[in-house]
Amino acid sequence: MTFHESLFWILTIITVGSAAMVLLAPGIVHMAFWLLASLAGFAGLYMHLGADFLGFVQILVYIGGILILFLFGVMLTNRSDVPVRGEASWRFLFPGTIAGVASSAFVCYVVYKTPWKEGPLAEFDPTASDIGQRFMSTYVLPFEAVSILLLVAMIGATYIARSRDEREEDEGDGGGEG
Amino acid sequence: MEEWAHGLLGSFGGVLAQAGGAAEAASGSVTLTDYLWISAVVFGLGVMVVITRRNAVAVLMGIELMLNAAGLNFVAFAKYSAPDSIDGQVITLFTIVIAAAEAALALAIVLNLYNNLNTVQVDEARSLKG
Repeated sequence: MTFHESLFWILTIITVGSAAMVLLAPGIVHMAFWLLASLAGFAGLYMHLGADFLGFVQILVYIGGILILFLFGVMLTNRSDVPVRGEASWRFLFPGTIAGVASSAFVCYVVYKTPWKEGPLAEFDPTASDIGQRFMSTYVLPFEAVSILLLVAMIGATYIARSRDEREEDEGDGGGEG
Repeated sequence: MEEWAHGLLGSFGGVLAQAGGAAEAASGSVTLTDYLWISAVVFGLGVMVVITRRNAVAVLMGIELMLNAAGLNFVAFAKYSAPDSIDGQVITLFTIVIAAAEAALALAIVLNLYNNLNTVQVDEARSLKG
C-alpha cells in the first residue's frame, strides 16, 4: 500500500467515522465537535484530490465559521431543564435508519452500475490562481449573485434574530423615530 | 504575488496532493468510485442525523454533512473525469458559500423559535398545526 493510498484510507476513516459519531454522540456539543473532525476530514480529502485552495476554504468557512456559529446557536438556546442526553428521538430511529440506508444504498448502486469515465490524471498544480481567474471571467455572474446572496442573508439573519424586546419596541412606536 | 500565493498554498496543500502524484502515475490506486462511496455513506449518515435528531441545531448539522458529501462528488469528478478542468471545484466553492448563508439564516430562525416558543425541539414547534 503506497503512501497515497494509506493517506486516503486514514482520511476516509476520520471522515466517515466522525460522521457516524455525529449520529451517535449523546449530546449536541459532542455532535458539534465530531462534526468538526468530519469537516476536517473532508478538507483533507479535498487536498488529497489536488484541490488545495478548496481545502483551505473548507477549513476557514466550515470549521472557522459555520461550526462556531453552531456552537453559538447551541449556547444561546440552551435550557438547563431540558436534558442534554437522549436528544435522539427513538421514535424516528426506524424510519431514519430506513431512509438513510436506502438513500445511501441507492447512490452506491448507481455508483456501482455506471461506467464512469476516468481520464488520465493531471499533475498537481496549485489551483488558487486558476479559480480566481474563473471567478472573474466564466463565473463572474454567479460570483456576483452569491455575494448579493451573502449580503441579503446577513441582513436577513440580523433582522430575524432580534430579541423579543427589540421587536416589541419596533412594533410599539411604529417607526416614529424614523 | 502569484509566486507568493503558489508558495503558500502549494507548500501546505501540495504536500498531500504531491504525495499522491507519483503513485497516481504508476497505478491510480485510489479510484473515482472510492470517493463516490465515501460520499454516499456520509450522505446517508446525514439523512439519518436529520431524521432522528430533535434539536434544530442538530438537524442543521446533518444538512451540513449532506452538503459536504455532495461537494466531495464534484471535486472527485473534477479530478478524475475532467482532469483539465477545475469547474467542479468552483461549484463546490459556491456550495460552501451558500451553505454559510443557509447556516446563518437557519440559526437566526432557530433563535427566533427559541424566543417565541422557548424550545428548539423541532417536534414541539407545531403551533401552526392547531
